[in-house]
Amino acid sequence: MSHELRGSSAVVGVGLAGCGEAHGRAPLDILAEATHNALDDAGLKLSDVDGIFTGSSYHFMPALSTAEYLGIKPRFSDSSMVGGSSFVAHTLNAAMAIKTGQCDVALICYGSNQRTAGGKLATMSEQQIYEAPYKPRYPISSYALAAARHMHQYGTTREQMADVAVAARQWAQLNPAAFAREELTRQDVLNSRMISDPLSLLDCCLVTDGGGAVIMVSSERAKDFPNKPVYVLGTGTAHWHRQITQMPDLTTTAAVDAGKRAFAMAGLTKDDVDVVELYDAFTINTILFLEDLGFCAKGEGGAFVENGNIAPGGSLPVNTNGGGLSCVHPGMYGIFILIEAIQQLRGGCGARQVDNPEVALVNGNGGVLSSQVTTILGTEAVL
Amino acid sequence: MSATDNRFSGPGPDQIYSDFLREGVFSLPQCKDCHEFHFFPRVVCPHCGSFNLEWKELTGKGEVYSTTTVRRKPERGGNYNVCHVTLAEGPRLMSRVEGVDPLDVKIGDQVSAVIKNDGDSPFIVFVPAQGV
Repeated sequence: MSHELRGSSAVVGVGLAGCGEAHGRAPLDILAEATHNALDDAGLKLSDVDGIFTGSSYHFMPALSTAEYLGIKPRFSDSSMVGGSSFVAHTLNAAMAIKTGQCDVALICYGSNQRTAGGKLATMSEQQIYEAPYKPRYPISSYALAAARHMHQYGTTREQMADVAVAARQWAQLNPAAFAREELTRQDVLNSRMISDPLSLLDCCLVTDGGGAVIMVSSERAKDFPNKPVYVLGTGTAHWHRQITQMPDLTTTAAVDAGKRAFAMAGLTKDDVDVVELYDAFTINTILFLEDLGFCAKGEGGAFVENGNIAPGGSLPVNTNGGGLSCVHPGMYGIFILIEAIQQLRGGCGARQVDNPEVALVNGNGGVLSSQVTTILGTEAVL
Repeated sequence: MSATDNRFSGPGPDQIYSDFLREGVFSLPQCKDCHEFHFFPRVVCPHCGSFNLEWKELTGKGEVYSTTTVRRKPERGGNYNVCHVTLAEGPRLMSRVEGVDPLDVKIGDQVSAVIKNDGDSPFIVFVPAQGV
């Protein structure tokens, strides 16, 4: 007997806008342009949208500001803010809202002008008083502490972390929309400027502009739309800490919990997954999430990502758009991993298209490894 | 059961913590039910959910659990250490190790707490433990 939410809703429209540099644009401009592209993709109008799901570090009440800009008076709205993973979490909230009739057409959306606005990571976060005196660089030092502990406990090396960046770049080279596409070698990463040991510049994601939008409806309606529907099969959300110092174990994220529950809802296992999109804010993330989601044992993530295993031609396609490391990363990245997974399942990825994928796993990360949200998407064949 | 609870009167845990530091005492709440200490100080034990806490002085001893060197140009002050220290009593906190080149701080280093009374916000740093 499958979970009542399994496959109950589907994505029928996706849109991207302003990825890279979108000069002279405010965050909501970019969000609105992505929304336009998603509506076009779905054959819908703004007046069809009755549910808004969004997150932002530019707006105190994101759903209100977004709906106001778009001229929508939603029946249901959600500004759940768990960091960059918010948009992945929104697939669960949208599925529940659609299933219970709270809305019929859910718009999940994001926009940011981080790069052209000067590059600083916008935040409305309160100061963390027990961390502030030590001036950790935010957020990189938090991830650096996790990486250092993983290296100490499991022997993970900078070379293995560098291979994550190399693999991402190789996927980006197959993606005309990716921001960084020049040749990148392991040595290039190792030689790049150290920022907060052991993480160097090329261990870090890009700083770009960008916006994305995803439109979901009930699976009953999904077949009436121009594109092949992509069904939401299972989602799990988990968070155990806010501040890095409160993370119970720096080498294990709450993805062990989120992933388990997403797989349970979907009635699938990691062996069913054809393509993986993980929130790679830093190279260590990919290693941690592959372990925590069960693609390899804890501590073996370094070996798993080495030497092209997750690159084009490797045994597991990971971050096929080029990732936050090489494709796009405008402050919050969760909407983009969703969109890439959807595009892969639709068969719309051109040179970087994975061969006939039916199941995609998306793992969003928020804060400093704080929020973990796993969603599993599938084609009709898996329903 | 009374609607007011004496445990919730008086200064809150942030105030109590920094008042102790100002007096030269490094102290944290210990749970009277599960006996665990926690950091950052709260009114509730995050391990077992009990509100029965009492403040106890710590030994100040700890071990470096993880460490990073924040790189900074010499003209801006130079590189500095940011680390996590696991206290002998159990909790972990963010801090820095002083008296050592930041690049020489290692996971597993035994350290001792020192109170920095810097204006009105005292905080804890660590130095290498003696005689280890």
